[in-house]
Amino acid sequence: MPRYEPWEPARANELIARHLHLEGATLPILHAMQETFGCVPEEAVPLIAEALNLSRAEVHGTVTFYHDFRKKPPGRRVLKLCRAESCQATGGDALAARAETKLGVAMGETTLDNRVTLEPVYCLGLCHSSPAAMLGQRVFGMLDEGSLDALIKEAQS
Amino acid sequence: MSAELYISRDSGALCVGADRVAHQFGKAFEARGLDVEIVRTGSRGMYWLEPLVEIATPDGRIGYGPVKPQDVDGLLDAGLLDGKDHALSVGLVEEFPWLKSQTRLTFKNCGIVDPRSLEDYQAHGGYQGLAKALAAGPKAIVEEVIASGLRGRGGAGFPTGIKWRTVAETPPQQKYIVCNADEGDSGTFADRMIMEGDPFVLIEGMTIAGIATGATYGYIYIRSEYPDAVEAMEIAIREAREGGMLGRGIAGSNYDFDMEVRVGAGAYVCGEETSLLDSLEGKRGEVRAKPPLPAHIGLFGKPTVINNVLSLATVPIVMARGGEFYRDFGMGKSRGTMPIQLAGNIKHGGLYETAFGITLGELVDEIGGGTRSGRPVRAVQVGGPLGAYFPRELFDTPFDYEAFAAADGLIGHGGIVVFDDSVDMAKQARFAMEFCAIESCGKCTPCRIGSARGVELVDKIVAGEDREANLAVLEDLCDTMKFGSLCALGGFTPYPVMSALNHFPEDFGAARKPLQAAE
Repeated sequence: MPRYEPWEPARANELIARHLHLEGATLPILHAMQETFGCVPEEAVPLIAEALNLSRAEVHGTVTFYHDFRKKPPGRRVLKLCRAESCQATGGDALAARAETKLGVAMGETTLDNRVTLEPVYCLGLCHSSPAAMLGQRVFGMLDEGSLDALIKEAQS
Repeated sequence: MSAELYISRDSGALCVGADRVAHQFGKAFEARGLDVEIVRTGSRGMYWLEPLVEIATPDGRIGYGPVKPQDVDGLLDAGLLDGKDHALSVGLVEEFPWLKSQTRLTFKNCGIVDPRSLEDYQAHGGYQGLAKALAAGPKAIVEEVIASGLRGRGGAGFPTGIKWRTVAETPPQQKYIVCNADEGDSGTFADRMIMEGDPFVLIEGMTIAGIATGATYGYIYIRSEYPDAVEAMEIAIREAREGGMLGRGIAGSNYDFDMEVRVGAGAYVCGEETSLLDSLEGKRGEVRAKPPLPAHIGLFGKPTVINNVLSLATVPIVMARGGEFYRDFGMGKSRGTMPIQLAGNIKHGGLYETAFGITLGELVDEIGGGTRSGRPVRAVQVGGPLGAYFPRELFDTPFDYEAFAAADGLIGHGGIVVFDDSVDMAKQARFAMEFCAIESCGKCTPCRIGSARGVELVDKIVAGEDREANLAVLEDLCDTMKFGSLCALGGFTPYPVMSALNHFPEDFGAARKPLQAAE
């Protein structure tokens, strides 16, 4: 698993510079920050604001508007369970409760050993094969208790 | 020439193990010394058969599914490479009734072509629409699209050609084509399926839109929950650019057009066109008041066509076959075909493209095959989280923009989520309000505050607290949200709430069943 880099202003400025030629560069920059540091560190906000000629408040407002952007890096693996209507119709509520119990965390939390972050997602667009989940960038459908348990085990490994 | 075996790389196939099956076939071919090429296509949309494996035979492609890795050797022993019979065989895929009974126009190449090959796309009739468009010129393109009767497939159903004409009539300047691929509605996956299965058709559609309106640059805004679609589009854009179909002088003409993918960041409201534009500009995805229309003042203040993936992906066939050809399908003011997505607790989950006019009951009971759980269907939600819940009594409603509006519902992006009799409709109504509260951009009060109050009201009603009075307040609140919200998020949340309440009042009764949090 790729680990995230520690915060480094020079590295952040390098990421910003790489995207400055884009129109509306804010979101691409924020995505790059998160890919590199695992989150959008608060220290990044003034750097982005300066480079894009925006106020810090504007950048802060953008960062906090979107669900994707984290304040701190997630656990080693991120397990997202789809919680939208189609997955609700196919037993997703019970599976979500099972995952919370098995991992000992609530939705949105990270296990104490920092191995797994469990998150809800609305939705993965796999509604033909609900309930669905995503581990890292890989997708899983037609989940039942057995396959969910296997997925949790993989996430913990 | 070596034999060709087709396995989907659509994430709907990957999520049930298509990669493992492909890997197993690769290993088996090597072990048996067979010269077979594995081509990774998109999906046919018959997701309950995925991973579906197809082999090319002189009669056409013969399919087998759902295939597990442990089935591979047995299939090869039974003669899969010659299309021989097997328990998993579905026969000639094109003759399979579920596929054959469809009218595939937008999705005609999906599951057939290699989504990473420009050459394959062109070999299957790709870019014929663009060739016609280049010959016809901007004015004639717009007229053709208007004549086709194509309406915005994102949900609002606004005539696509009229939108284009508005942008075309603005004075020459930098203009943009924006493709809304922020497909956030639960129960929908058509945008994802076409981007992963036939990305060039979307590129071609956007290119035609650019020529028609004088726009030279396009953005595809894809939600971050779709990493496979992002990858598929990026690869296809690169291929198209290298093949001279994007960039300067597209296809040897005097027109320039290029595009790029932008990735969203998990905000549902960014599927609303004006908040999507703000998001593209790097701001909070807040809804803009209209007017001005995006066609006049859109992305970065410039005239902008913003269309849904399916609208743009339908343009190539409209141009290739003519507006009249497309308009001949459908009913009333709903012309052409609609890719309908069958989801939730359903036996045959998948994408069914058909002319408007088919009834909800046919879709759920016959084509969908009823519930996967085997229990009776109690409710279906049509059109995503903002769509109404329909009971069985309304299953004779034809799939048509106006007919659904008359039944206090909407077809939205064409998703149908089926629930069996274990569903608690009060819980679903509460979820609709809660979802709206979480996803509201916060700009207008009816949506931001109304949804929060709505959650509390549903709780009170279910708890039997001052029931009649609170029902009246909920109805009044829904009215305020419907008519007072800036966009469809606050404006349409009353649909699932009120339809649940009106059609399933017993779930809101004094049953005293404690309501579980929707997490």
